Parts: sequence; C-alpha cells; structure tokens
Amino acid sequence: MGCLESLPYEVIQRGLSYRECREYVRRNCSEVHEVPAGYKLFDKHLIGVPPLAIGIDGDEITFPYTKPCYGTFLVKVRDDGEEIRRLRAFATRRA
Amino acid sequence: MTGDEGKTALIMLGCPQVPVQTSAAIYLAYRLKRSGVRAVIAGTPSARKLVQLADPEGHYIGSVEDLDKCIAGMAEGKKTYHSSFVFIHNDAGVSYAATTAAISGGQVYPVIFGSEAEALAAAIEFPCTKIVAPATHNPMPLKRKIDEVMGWDA
Repeated sequence: MGCLESLPYEVIQRGLSYRECREYVRRNCSEVHEVPAGYKLFDKHLIGVPPLAIGIDGDEITFPYTKPCYGTFLVKVRDDGEEIRRLRAFATRRA
Repeated sequence: MTGDEGKTALIMLGCPQVPVQTSAAIYLAYRLKRSGVRAVIAGTPSARKLVQLADPEGHYIGSVEDLDKCIAGMAEGKKTYHSSFVFIHNDAGVSYAATTAAISGGQVYPVIFGSEAEALAAAIEFPCTKIVAPATHNPMPLKRKIDEVMGWDA
C-alpha cells in the first residue's frame, strides 16, 4: 500500500458533487461499502458528506477524492489487497 | 469574561478564489481572540500565505497549519476543537464542512459565501449553525452575518 498520489490511478470523472460520486459508485460498482468521513484509504483521509460510498471491482477500488480548489474526482486505484481486506473488515457493506 | 476563555477554534480555509475569504477569516480570528479563544487557521498553501502576508506579525491570526495535516489530526483523534468555522464557496467546501462536523468533536459553523451561497447552504443537512452571505468582493455582508450569528453585533 502507498499514498494515493504515488500510485497509478485513473480519474473516472472530475468536477462531480459528493452526491454524484455516491450515486456513481452505487450504480456502477459490483461491491459497495460505506465509510465515515475521514476514513483513511491509501494514506489519505477521505473528505466528503457521510456516508461515503466506496466501490470494489476485482482488485480495483473506486472512491471520491476531494481537492479544495478542484472539487471532487472519482478515482479508481488498483490495490494489492490490503485496502480491500480492511474495507471488508471495517466498512459497512451496502446490499 | 465571555465564558470562551481557553478554548480553541479552527478556521478552515478552502481555495482563496473568492476575495472575501481572507479578510473575513482574519476578522473572525480577531473577534475570537478578543473573546479569549485561540484560533488555528488551516488551509491550502495559497490561503495560508494570504492570511500570513496580511498579518505578518500575527496580531490576529494564531497558528497556521496545512489542511491535510489538520484533517489527519482530527480524524486520528489527536486534535479536537471547541468550534470550527469552515469557509465554503463550492461543493468541495461542503464536503470539508461535513467531514469536520464528523471528526472535529465540536460545534461547526459553515461560513458560506460567493455567488452560489444560498444553493450551497441548502445542500448542508448535517447539524450546524450556518453563516450565509452571497458576498464575493465586498466582505461587509459576510462580516455582518458573522457578527449576527456569533452575537457580536450588540
């Protein structure tokens, strides 16, 4: 596991609202978990209006990443397994 | 005595794209200091430089810190604030305010300004006390609203 900014990540969409990010993850990801604001993922504390929806598809994690000047990006990062294990252990799975 | 002596407040600044943010933040720090409250200002590098350059000897602003480190400190339970004033002029600001409400341990005052102020205020559903003024260049409507909500207009 490393910090998000040092990992290869794909920007799925940019300039989304926190609501649009949540809806995208719920609609498009096969496995959805909900975490509180401030949850640490790839060494970053997630910013957002709780609950934050995080998606898992295979070994990829989709989640919102907010920058103060640029708004919220929906990004996808390949995980070596550690973050997915932690999400499944500590986050609430959405049916 | 105001009853606030010894307390610490967080002033969280986002992108300084809208001119009123910097002067309103310094004014807020000044009023808090007068009430005996120590203000910590957290913000983006540009937002921090703007307040530091405007108050070079730190007469009004207290300590200044990086926004990500501030969030990390609260999320990891290392820092708590009696009150947090989160400056908002875009959707990202709403997200920061909601996060602060969830992790700061104190009361949150979203300070909402700019041309989208009313719509952004309507999007905030978590328990808080909103300070709202559609100010962009002239800081006085926002200053008046801060005074009104904080009871400093008497």
